[in-house]
Amino acid sequence: MKDIRLWGLKKSPWVFHVAAASCNNCDIEILAALTPRFDVERFGILLVGSPRHADALLVTGVINRKTLPRVIKVYEQTPKPCLVIGVGACSCSTHMFEDSYNVVGPYDKYIPVDVYIPGCPPKPEAIILGMVKALQKL
Amino acid sequence: MRELFWFFIFPGFLFSSAIGLFLTWVDRKVTARIQWRVGPPIYQPFADFFKLLSKETLIPNGASKLLFLIAPIISVFAMSAVGAMLIIMNFYPTSSFMGDLIVIIYLLALPPLATIIGASASKNPLSAVGASREMTLYFGYELPFITAILVAIIKTGGEIRIGEIVMFQEMYGPILYSISGVIATIVILVCMQAKLGYVPFDIAEAEQELMAGVYTEYSGFALALFKLTKAMMLFLLPCLIITLFWGGIASWFAIIKLLLFVVLIILIKNTNPRLRIDQALKFFWIGLMPLAVLGIVLAFFGL
Repeated sequence: MKDIRLWGLKKSPWVFHVAAASCNNCDIEILAALTPRFDVERFGILLVGSPRHADALLVTGVINRKTLPRVIKVYEQTPKPCLVIGVGACSCSTHMFEDSYNVVGPYDKYIPVDVYIPGCPPKPEAIILGMVKALQKL
Repeated sequence: MRELFWFFIFPGFLFSSAIGLFLTWVDRKVTARIQWRVGPPIYQPFADFFKLLSKETLIPNGASKLLFLIAPIISVFAMSAVGAMLIIMNFYPTSSFMGDLIVIIYLLALPPLATIIGASASKNPLSAVGASREMTLYFGYELPFITAILVAIIKTGGEIRIGEIVMFQEMYGPILYSISGVIATIVILVCMQAKLGYVPFDIAEAEQELMAGVYTEYSGFALALFKLTKAMMLFLLPCLIITLFWGGIASWFAIIKLLLFVVLIILIKNTNPRLRIDQALKFFWIGLMPLAVLGIVLAFFGL
């Protein structure tokens, strides 16, 4: 029974895209990773419209005072077990916005992040690799 | 005891859902090939289903717990009953009872109704908009759907037993091989697209406008049951067409007919844009309804 659960979780990770005030480069690269050229549906990865359906949250952007409560809310709305994948340098550290008055710090201060994908922006191949590494953690 | 076996295992729940999930894979694979992709492996719908079962089921704050959780169960039970009745009556036409076609029409109305109830109970504005659209769409497609089914009843001389309709077609040839039969099949095919919630009519769960529409608040096993209902519909609605118009499903040739209809549905799904709700209603009432009535008139004159 436990094996079937684990198999299901590994073979069909549905992702929800949380764009929390990024400059849109990482968002565009995520969309590029979902296009037919890379065909992530081979691995069962689907983009879903509601956090209630999601198994993995792709968070992008530098977190600030405005988006912090929203990101925490979306994380709480996602049914567990769920993975959190930080895409881009902004979500790993705070990148060049470190000294800004509005920035409250990297994501892992507030929600548990499983995998960091560095890059500004990361390539679609890097995002797929990050997804694979996240699934190995299950 | 035998009825329970029919309902839960062989033609009912287990069998219909397994075939339905397989057809979901056919859907995703054909879609992928149309978009020049490789597509998911054959076990993909089963992995999705088991994953959703193993996830947490969240109930939103302030939602009606009973209605929210009972809606997916109602819809799966209704589809299991349709599967058991439809398939058993194809293989044993004598076990058919008076008016079972009407019972099947009623049972097919339950999944949209359960979706509306569940979405309204979830206390989410997007779900509420989705539920109102689903209701409007339901009123749109149900009228031509039933009118087109009337063609089969008129052609067989007023039979409302599925067994009798199947036996009639064995003796005099399928109803599809006449003008009124072709018209009725086309009308039902388009209505089926709306019943399944596929692309020209996926207005109730329009991703780009309503997140996930009527299913926005569903997670875990409740969402799994709704997905399973959709999968069983993808198997049973083409079965209903083949039973009523193309000589029943009790032969090996029926598998080819089934796949033909499913691929036709997928092609319609992949080559059309989404309609607005008012356009959809206009299409069903002004465009499709006269066609269905024409089918009835032709059937009266025996064409």
